[in-house]
Amino acid sequence: MIHDFGIVWSERGLLLSGLANTAILSAFSAIGALLLGAALAPALMARHRAVSWAARGFVDGMRCVPFLLFAYIVYYGFPSFGVRLDNWTTGLAALTLYNAAYMAEILRGAWIVQPREPLEAGVAFGFSGIGLFRRIILPPLLLAAGPVIGNQMIQIIKDSAFLTIIALPELTHAASSIQSRHYVPFAAFITAVFLYWGLCLIIEAGVNSIGRVAEARR
Amino acid sequence: MSGEDIAAMLQGAVVTVSLSLAGILIGLPIGLGLALIRWANIPVLAQFVTVYVSVLRATPLVTLLLLLFFALPNVGVPINPISAAILGLVMNTSAFNCEVWRSALMGFPKDQYEAAQSVGMRAGLRFRRIVLPQIIRVSLPGLVNEMSLLIKVTPVLAVVGVVDITRAAVRIGSDTYEPLPPMLFAVALYVPIVFALVSLQRLIERRQMAAEAAA
Repeated sequence: MIHDFGIVWSERGLLLSGLANTAILSAFSAIGALLLGAALAPALMARHRAVSWAARGFVDGMRCVPFLLFAYIVYYGFPSFGVRLDNWTTGLAALTLYNAAYMAEILRGAWIVQPREPLEAGVAFGFSGIGLFRRIILPPLLLAAGPVIGNQMIQIIKDSAFLTIIALPELTHAASSIQSRHYVPFAAFITAVFLYWGLCLIIEAGVNSIGRVAEARR
Repeated sequence: MSGEDIAAMLQGAVVTVSLSLAGILIGLPIGLGLALIRWANIPVLAQFVTVYVSVLRATPLVTLLLLLFFALPNVGVPINPISAAILGLVMNTSAFNCEVWRSALMGFPKDQYEAAQSVGMRAGLRFRRIVLPQIIRVSLPGLVNEMSLLIKVTPVLAVVGVVDITRAAVRIGSDTYEPLPPMLFAVALYVPIVFALVSLQRLIERRQMAAEAAA
């Protein structure tokens, strides 16, 4: 058994590059999904019927389809329209688009329970535009949505593992190739499990510390 | 897509639904058991469950499945794809269910528990008559939400060779060189299943809100 872990250790370069790929992929798509979600959330609440219906259709559609199926549609389907993407771009695009729908729903949920008074007070004090958004709207919104966004980021990390099926060299894929090369399944996959756990613990700690900082400054 | 292809996809739908149901039905009571162990704070076991839940919630189902499917035979436990799939789904969903049950248990009013004690109910009866009916009601939306999440991770079962809706669609796509029709058909199969669960969740939440408003 110890010997098996020794083999995994000797292949640490592969495993670490897989971990790095998972982390980079998740980080980029988390940021992308958050930005896209922030653009979609107002669209969900738009007065314009066509806009809000289109946004609602996209969000509900994504929430009904399994991520892997969506990734396949992007991977196999886009080339039919003449758009040819490599595994990396496909994975990143699928992960970002899919999670943008969830982020939009999270942000909308946090927005509708926000009290209106601070906003009106902010306007009365002469805040407007970006200043109003940055100083008055954003801090309580992030505080309310923070933990849920953190959960979604953990979901993104876990979804990124699905992309092993389209041969994207992320952490699970690295563990898989170590296992097939040396036949050390337990050591290879349990190491991957603990690396995922570590990533998620880091995110949880990050969310908690942001919450604490925000609480202290209130 | 030929009629044969459609039959293959419907067969995939049967696999998806029955494996999900197996995962849900076995995962629900196990999740409750895990939550009770943490709630009762049984020494050693409670700590073990805490770590188990934390690790399982962070582990992607693909990784878990590969671990079960390749590592169990390695230590002398033979496992076929279907049992690996069910075991993986149960381990995954029970960890999430545990958290839903546990938050319901944490919010359970202590005075009711003490009232039940004071009229002389035994622990088993107390749990069955007083605690369980109420925590079921509180946890139901969360549990139904978890069920729709479970269905959405089932395509991953393809890594151990289970042919579900998604796998069937991909196969047909690579046979016919036209991947889009079977995949859109797959979407059309998933949407009603997940949508039914989401509507059920909304219905339960609305009825509970109405009941609370009436009370």
